[in-house]
Amino acid sequence: METYYKPEDLSKFPGMGEGAPELWKKFSEWYGAVFAEGALTEREKALIALAVAHAVQCPYCIDAYTRDCLEKGSNKEQMTEAVHVAAAIRGGASLVHGVQMKNVIEKISM
Amino acid sequence: MELKPFDKTIAESNLYPLKSTGINTLQVNVGKLCNQVCRHCHVDAGPGRKEVMTRETLELCLDILRDTDIPTVDITGGAPEMNPDFRWFVEECRKLGRHVMIRTNLTILSEPGYEDMPRFFAENKVEVIASLPYYMEQNTDSQRGRGVFKKSIESLKRLNSLGYGREGSGLTLDIVFNPGGAFLPPSQKALEADYKREMQKRYGISFNNLFTITNLPVGRFLAYLNSSGNFEMYMNRLVSSFNPLAAANAMCRDILSVGWDGTLYDCDFNQMLGLSVNHGVPSHIRDFDLSRLSKRQIVTGLHCYGCTAGAGSSCGGATT
Repeated sequence: METYYKPEDLSKFPGMGEGAPELWKKFSEWYGAVFAEGALTEREKALIALAVAHAVQCPYCIDAYTRDCLEKGSNKEQMTEAVHVAAAIRGGASLVHGVQMKNVIEKISM
Repeated sequence: MELKPFDKTIAESNLYPLKSTGINTLQVNVGKLCNQVCRHCHVDAGPGRKEVMTRETLELCLDILRDTDIPTVDITGGAPEMNPDFRWFVEECRKLGRHVMIRTNLTILSEPGYEDMPRFFAENKVEVIASLPYYMEQNTDSQRGRGVFKKSIESLKRLNSLGYGREGSGLTLDIVFNPGGAFLPPSQKALEADYKREMQKRYGISFNNLFTITNLPVGRFLAYLNSSGNFEMYMNRLVSSFNPLAAANAMCRDILSVGWDGTLYDCDFNQMLGLSVNHGVPSHIRDFDLSRLSKRQIVTGLHCYGCTAGAGSSCGGATT
């Protein structure tokens, strides 16, 4: 295997239904409902998905939601800002844990 | 890559054979000559093209209009304004009381000899359908050429100043969006709201309708798909997005397309592929026969998946 991630593998995702068809059916229905227009627009949901895809660093999701964002009418500037939001939360999450570090220092220092 | 034949797909939706429902629009492609060389152009139009409809063929189009009650004439190209008989043809169509639509690339309106074209449009009350693939400069210029966006904005402002796109003027200005790559267009309604807000805020421009058009795998866009390695992915995207309602509402069912040499086609895309009307109906305008052409079977191919994907696509935008 040259790489764990191959673009053509994304289309094999429905194959996850084999072995657990009922669970796959429930997942698919729920997934579809999550991304349907609701209190948030489909475009807003796609941008959230794009940001989360970067936060969880899923190449499949990045590929799928980059295309989806474009097809929902977002532009590169908006999509880049969404990725910055994900990056800021990831970076901020690291930094804010510095408080834990300081607490430990505080506790064990004379 | 093997794709399911289009006819097989429509047969599964009980739409085979796809037939004309009557001719409501005569779409006349007056030539492939254009001042631009756009990367997505299915016509492969440009300044070097010699195929231009003659006055004799335009006369034949007018004869058809005189003999029938086809209500709309849709004039396209190339840059249709560059046909030497363009103004005469528009005036003759208007004298016959027909609704006339002009598909303009906007930049031609600032070229020498064409500066008064917006006024000509207004005087003849033609509907102007203008290409502007995005409301931001970079996206537009990467598709249509450097400097195109600024010129297009200036032309839109001139059209606005004549009343085009202004409420109550009776002068309709539509904008055409097409995706800047190998992906489907967004929701027409949502994007129209964006365009209206951004065009007004950024440039003070107003317009009537936004038409979202899917890029079809034909001409220069097909060459791009092949050279960029996107052909297979894009075709699969189109096929997997097949929408039977979009197929039922396909524009080929109520238009007839006339090529620069008078050959008849089911649509402008078939025209560029050299697929004239077939299935036993006359294929040249000199042999025009309304009753037979109004019931003709449409000539289809894999490219038809472009007009039937998602919300559908036509020269008037989404079809569902």
